[in-house]
Amino acid sequence: MSELRDLYQEVILDHSRSPRNFGHHQPSNRQAKGNNPLCGDKFTVYVLVEDGIVKDLSFEGRGCAISTASASLMTELLKGRTEDDAQAMFERFHAVVTGEKGEELDDGLDKLNVLAGVRGYPMRVKCATLAWHTLKAALKQTDETVVTE
Amino acid sequence: MADTASAIKAARRFDAAAIRGQFPILGTRCHGKPLTFLDSAASAQKPQVVIDAVAETYEGQYANIHRGVYDLSERTSAAFEAVRGKARGLINAAHDDEIIFTSGTTESINLVAQSWGRANLGPGDEVLITEMEHHSNIVPWQLLRDQTGFTLKVAPFDDHGVLIMETFEKSLSERTKLVCVTQLSNALGTILPVREITTMAHAAGALVLVDGAQGIPHLATDVRALDCDFYAFSGHKLYGPSGIGVLYGKADLLAHMPPWKGGGDMIASVTFEKTEFAAPPHRFEAGTPNIAGTIGMGAAIDWFQGLDLDGLAAHEDDLLAYGTACLSEVPGLRIIGTAPDKAAVISFVLDTAHPHDIGTVLDSQGVAVRAGHHCAQPVMDHFDVAATVRASFGAYSSRDDIDTLVSALDQVRELFG
Repeated sequence: MSELRDLYQEVILDHSRSPRNFGHHQPSNRQAKGNNPLCGDKFTVYVLVEDGIVKDLSFEGRGCAISTASASLMTELLKGRTEDDAQAMFERFHAVVTGEKGEELDDGLDKLNVLAGVRGYPMRVKCATLAWHTLKAALKQTDETVVTE
Repeated sequence: MADTASAIKAARRFDAAAIRGQFPILGTRCHGKPLTFLDSAASAQKPQVVIDAVAETYEGQYANIHRGVYDLSERTSAAFEAVRGKARGLINAAHDDEIIFTSGTTESINLVAQSWGRANLGPGDEVLITEMEHHSNIVPWQLLRDQTGFTLKVAPFDDHGVLIMETFEKSLSERTKLVCVTQLSNALGTILPVREITTMAHAAGALVLVDGAQGIPHLATDVRALDCDFYAFSGHKLYGPSGIGVLYGKADLLAHMPPWKGGGDMIASVTFEKTEFAAPPHRFEAGTPNIAGTIGMGAAIDWFQGLDLDGLAAHEDDLLAYGTACLSEVPGLRIIGTAPDKAAVISFVLDTAHPHDIGTVLDSQGVAVRAGHHCAQPVMDHFDVAATVRASFGAYSSRDDIDTLVSALDQVRELFG
């Protein structure tokens, strides 16, 4: 059970039960859908980018505790950062969950270290990174139409 | 081979514990816990006689088949071809030549699509499948539809997972050329009334392909009694090796079907101007096949048929009833697939945890289940779930496995509330 507690830390359980920035309630101008064909998890990530800054970030869809918590934490922590910063965070987060170099996150992103537990579960790494890959796809879009439905 | 005979004799009186003892992997541990294997619907484990048959092939009786004039090749060819007779006997086909070896059910269905389908289906024609098909009985038809322009229709099931026969029958017309149905749903456990389906389909002038991947290890199957035109199954779900399976087709249909893969071993003669193709089944078996896997499947068929099959059916019915009763008592658990006519497969969801998380927690307790969409996303969509947890049983499964599953689910509730 203790190994499982490492994987399912309280922060993860909390964010999966009550995901932050869940639902498309605010204006956005970029969005992308992401799905994990292995398990059927699906998320849509909505982003409002203005002057190169991620002004707002939200998501909807359904997934497991790991993917939902990761999406929720991502929306909290990347709001207000520059696009370039968000891209860089993706790379660093990816390194944390795949266990490359045993990297740990700092500068305000240390909350994401709770997801490092997926290192021991290769099948779950895709869960942890699903929302992040979706965000990356959304940020690549050039379409500036605001979608508010 | 004496070992095979004694193993078969021991298994004849249905004794699940003795059967379990024939599967070396079931004595192993996972995360420090004894393995509780509840994923036989994905792939069954292998008894020692099957493992030995594969090893003995490589150790003492292996060469390429249908080619060499030397003794070793001839003996290998004979062992390989003998499996056709075993597979014929298993499903009670009329002739050995109606048994085509493929890599598995998926390839068997693709063979029918690309050979019979490509030659016989076009605009204005319809292929009817059911809502509970595995992706392998959906996607080959979509690929072919996009190539030849026929219409693909889907017959729905109800909220218990039972095919709605009235709608099914109404979906048939003179435009229907082929009906493709699973014998047993991998995601729901529903057993389909295949005999009734073939009668209705034939009355409409359509052929019937049955996906027997799940049916073959659980249901006594007689292709002549079912009167299906094609029947596909895999060796690995019948306690045999992976990468080998069968397509059964009625002889008069196979005789008129064009090849779908070109290569060695499927020809009568080749010149640069023209190739004369071999007769079925070899017409459909281009290239060097899975020789040891086929011989292993033969051993699996012998082993399976040596079981007390009535005893096996009663054992699996008991596991389904016991599993359903125990799981129904778990708070917040909902069983997906409640057809009255059901086999030893139980899909479920919990209100507090996602199937993927449940799978990880169960794994930590040594319990192997499938968590996901089971290659049947339309089934998940019907029940508006992203995924389910599926516990599936085999000849070696026991009530103890179910007890272990249920207590492991307590851990899920402890963690997720």
